Amino acid sequence: MKYSAASLFANALSGHKKWPVQFPDKEPKKSYDAIIVGGGGHGLGAAYYLAKRYGITNVAVLEKGWIGGGNTGRNTTIIRSNYLFDESAAMYDHAVDLWDGLGQELNYNLMFSKRGVLMLAHNVHDVQSFQRHVHANRLNGVDNKWMTPEECKAFCPPLDISQNRRYPVMGAALQMRAGTARHDSVAWGYARAASKLGVDIIQNCMVTGIRRGADGAVEGVETQKGYIASNKIGVSAAGNSSVVMEMAGLRFPLESYPLQALVSEPIKPIMPCVVMSNAVHAYISQSDKGELVIGAGTDQYTSYSQRGPLHLQEHNVAAICEIFPIFKRQRMLRSWGGIVDVTPDRSPIVGKTPVKGLYVNCGWGTGGFKATPGAADMLAYTIAHDAPHKINAPFNLDRFVGGRLIDEAAAAAVAH
Amino acid sequence: MFEIHCPYCNEKRAEIEFSYAGEAHIVRPNAKQQPVMSDEDWSRYMFIRDNIRGEHAERWWHNAGCNMFFNAIRNTVTDKFVMTYKMGSPRRTAKQIDVARETNTADKAKT
Repeated sequence: MKYSAASLFANALSGHKKWPVQFPDKEPKKSYDAIIVGGGGHGLGAAYYLAKRYGITNVAVLEKGWIGGGNTGRNTTIIRSNYLFDESAAMYDHAVDLWDGLGQELNYNLMFSKRGVLMLAHNVHDVQSFQRHVHANRLNGVDNKWMTPEECKAFCPPLDISQNRRYPVMGAALQMRAGTARHDSVAWGYARAASKLGVDIIQNCMVTGIRRGADGAVEGVETQKGYIASNKIGVSAAGNSSVVMEMAGLRFPLESYPLQALVSEPIKPIMPCVVMSNAVHAYISQSDKGELVIGAGTDQYTSYSQRGPLHLQEHNVAAICEIFPIFKRQRMLRSWGGIVDVTPDRSPIVGKTPVKGLYVNCGWGTGGFKATPGAADMLAYTIAHDAPHKINAPFNLDRFVGGRLIDEAAAAAVAH
Repeated sequence: MFEIHCPYCNEKRAEIEFSYAGEAHIVRPNAKQQPVMSDEDWSRYMFIRDNIRGEHAERWWHNAGCNMFFNAIRNTVTDKFVMTYKMGSPRRTAKQIDVARETNTADKAKT
């Protein structure tokens, strides 16, 4: 069924009790042309683009839990592309291009809102480095502009710009094409659209092994639901990527850390945009439900537990109170953690692996949600062509041997 | 928040006194033993990590306490520490880790 105002009206007449299921929960077939391991936004998106753009429709997405139950449902929904280096700008801006109109394409309300991301500068170094970002972005055709404190205040009224604060706002970089989207919808929308094109979405089906033939090429995967054959396997398993790659005998330059976020009780609309502050170390936006959505850096140790300690949340909230004293009496409602796979240069690995037929999309660290459509498209392209697209070619695994790193760690507009 | 046993202080202290310091027992290649170093070997030393889902040998730094680095075995799924031991002592064997885990469970049952 196509979702529209008319279908909403028609279903209202039957008390919304006759909506069809969005996508069937399939049992696996014996073999597929391609298998995607990981049913998050990236994996479901890759399956969708394989079917939609690259003509491979006999595809299965294997998810060990429920779709979108990993990092796709555990992030702070921020979308932006104001990265410093050319390679990153191309990759993230490709994603932002795809976000535009994605809701229409998938016929699913993603609640994509280009409300702008404001990155605050609190000292001379911040000002210089953000202005460099603004100029680098503009040279790459990525929208970003410099704002004075007064312009910041006009754009985001709850901001305190008094200059006698411990961390005064000395200006900010604003990306207007950036914003937020409803993360669950992204997984559901891709799943529904992919399913319509013939993709099987198989939940509660953990991959336990990767079978390789005599020539070393992949032949299929062992799963909780039995063996499934395929000579093209795309791994998009976020925090567990290194665990899956180990099954094919590959060791990856990845470490998995918990990243926590939390939301406040819902309040009336007050935050018109996303505000990030690297120096005070937190970021905040307001969901359409009214909750203030707050996040910061990863926990210090590696873990797969999908939770983290309370003292880090306390640190996040303290940083928010420092930037927005107006929120000091706001109570927090719930918190959660996701497991993010971090590479040494804080840039992703998207492309081929040394094993024939095995493709990977991992290492997005703390910033994977924003890249969902772009990463998904690049993984699908690489699987279909057995060669990377020029956008994801620099994000190969070989760079950790050759030394051509894309070192966004210190220079990027990210709050690690 | 963890309570971490520092093997130098011989005391359990709160996590905020400690910093995580990455995977343990990574040996820097020695130029005398290996005069010619391939890019692959250097990459393995620099970037490749076990990232184990399970019991992980790792380093911690008691930087707000005795300021010493030490090693620990922690389960990265449950976040439970199995044991901590002094820097410079050899990697613990699977058997030693099993014994430590059982001792922990027995101690817990007593209290």
